[in-house]
Amino acid sequence: MGLLRKLIPASQQSQAGIAFSGAPSIKPPWYSSGRIRRFLGRFSIHLFLSVFGLLFALPLYWLIISSLKEQSEIFKVPPTLYPVDPRWMNFPDVLEVIPFFTYLRNTIVYVIFGTLGALLSNTVIAYAFAKLRWPGRDYVFILVLATMMLPFQVRMIPMYILFYKLHWLNTLLPLVVPGFFGNAFYIFLLRQFYRTIPMDLSDAARIDGASELQIFWNIILPLMKPAVITLLLFEVIFTWNDFIGPLIYTRDVEKYTLSIGLRMFFTLYGARWDLLMACSTMFTIPMVILFFLGQRRFIEGIALTGIKG
Amino acid sequence: MKRRETLWAMLFLSPWIIGFLGFTLFPLVASFWFSFTNYNIVNPAGAKFIGLDNWDFLFNKDNVFRQALGNTLYYALGLVIIGTSTDIFLAMLLNTKIRGRATYRLIYFIPVLIPAVAGALIWVWILNPQRGILNFGLDMIGVNGPNWLGSIHWVKPALIMMAVWGSGRAIIIFLAGLQEIPNHLYEAARIDGAGPIPVFRHVTLPLLTPVILFNVIVGLIFSFQAFTEPYVMTQGGPANASMLYGLHLYYQAFENLRMGYASAMAWLLFAIILLSTLIVFRGSRRWVYYEN
Repeated sequence: MGLLRKLIPASQQSQAGIAFSGAPSIKPPWYSSGRIRRFLGRFSIHLFLSVFGLLFALPLYWLIISSLKEQSEIFKVPPTLYPVDPRWMNFPDVLEVIPFFTYLRNTIVYVIFGTLGALLSNTVIAYAFAKLRWPGRDYVFILVLATMMLPFQVRMIPMYILFYKLHWLNTLLPLVVPGFFGNAFYIFLLRQFYRTIPMDLSDAARIDGASELQIFWNIILPLMKPAVITLLLFEVIFTWNDFIGPLIYTRDVEKYTLSIGLRMFFTLYGARWDLLMACSTMFTIPMVILFFLGQRRFIEGIALTGIKG
Repeated sequence: MKRRETLWAMLFLSPWIIGFLGFTLFPLVASFWFSFTNYNIVNPAGAKFIGLDNWDFLFNKDNVFRQALGNTLYYALGLVIIGTSTDIFLAMLLNTKIRGRATYRLIYFIPVLIPAVAGALIWVWILNPQRGILNFGLDMIGVNGPNWLGSIHWVKPALIMMAVWGSGRAIIIFLAGLQEIPNHLYEAARIDGAGPIPVFRHVTLPLLTPVILFNVIVGLIFSFQAFTEPYVMTQGGPANASMLYGLHLYYQAFENLRMGYASAMAWLLFAIILLSTLIVFRGSRRWVYYEN
């Protein structure tokens, strides 16, 4: 708990670029002059960071420039490092080959309802674990954490049979409905945030005669805006990218999401790297944009899950 | 007052209770039951209790399973060892006061955002033995690049490399852990005349061990369940060299429709995950440093 209290301001500081711990590894001891030492230290850090950075950034770069190459250029040896004559027509061409907008529509439906379910359920559930006092709370919370250890493969088959019996297969319902009943990871994440809000706040409101719903809705939830945005970002990215869920539950092309559609495209037109890369680019770019819009919350959220309370 | 709060808590908790019963407990029990039957979705009425037959087949007759288990251990250990050390190294570099830190951090994080299927396709293209950029780059420095995804020796390293590329989450978590280390400890060590390697060895590393433990466990759980990349890129080939546990299980359940058998595999996977987590936790007493 104490660790968490410390963590929130610390990670916010770091976002503002204030908090640093020392960088012991940058100073080779065999140089006596501080200035040369510091310069060499900095230089080698930049060198390592940019070489590794180049390797990490290369696939995205390669994706985007490949999506602008003509089929003949894409197979050229040695490869051209940027498209000689960018071919924007690759993007409309993809739309001719696969029902991209159908996939997009299904994906957006999944994203919207998945996110709605995650927001509605987990804010409420985590509240019960963080802000309300009831017997056995901590034991039940351990149970919630334990379900995170459970590999999805164990639940996969009975869930499939369940949705088969409900005649929900080949619809988006199996993807969306479970989200309305909470997710262990999000409960954990939101509980961490809730616990940074002092209990005195709820207690004071209780003494003033506010009802539990009022406390939740009018007092605590407005303070949770950063956490809610973090969860929203996580869930949008998860549902947009999800592969195994749609793979198991959808069967007809009209029901495919983008991830399944893209994979189908690959099995059918495995050699059309120009179109495959164009399609992958259209699939990837929205997430990159979303991340740039909300990167602070996103990175904070991830940092928070790593340091347990 | 207390009773009222408990009642409210139950109300707030009700979605989780329903979800836990319906989407966790019920599947858990059902899956356990299936693991002793020859359940098949095409003919559910014909499901028979077959005792330990699934387990017998798993351990004694399924050669692919044995291969898949070996591959998965290779993948999980390789990823945890290489991934963790790369991530710590990069996080330490990112934790220095240099210009452009924020940009660097973004670069390392971007792979996390690329949808798994799109990432898999990009890598299939990058790893293409004749026309891929990777072998082109290796060729330039005089190395004859292997036939990555087509080679039984290189397909697993290729998958591990890809996973390290996508491990930006762990980098962020390590970075947060490094920022938790109080500055005065570094100053004290420096005043004592400790060089960079002793400082790393005696200050940074011990204080980072709780975060390392967390990332190792998350990494293990994650890599035991890996599925999308091998499914899209290799379908387990060549010669089952990239047949990971999750992939074999999926094929058994949804291609061969042996759902009883796949349920047994799923339970064994659960047991393996629990056991390895337990071993790591046990072992961690010797290397994880706690302040209190």
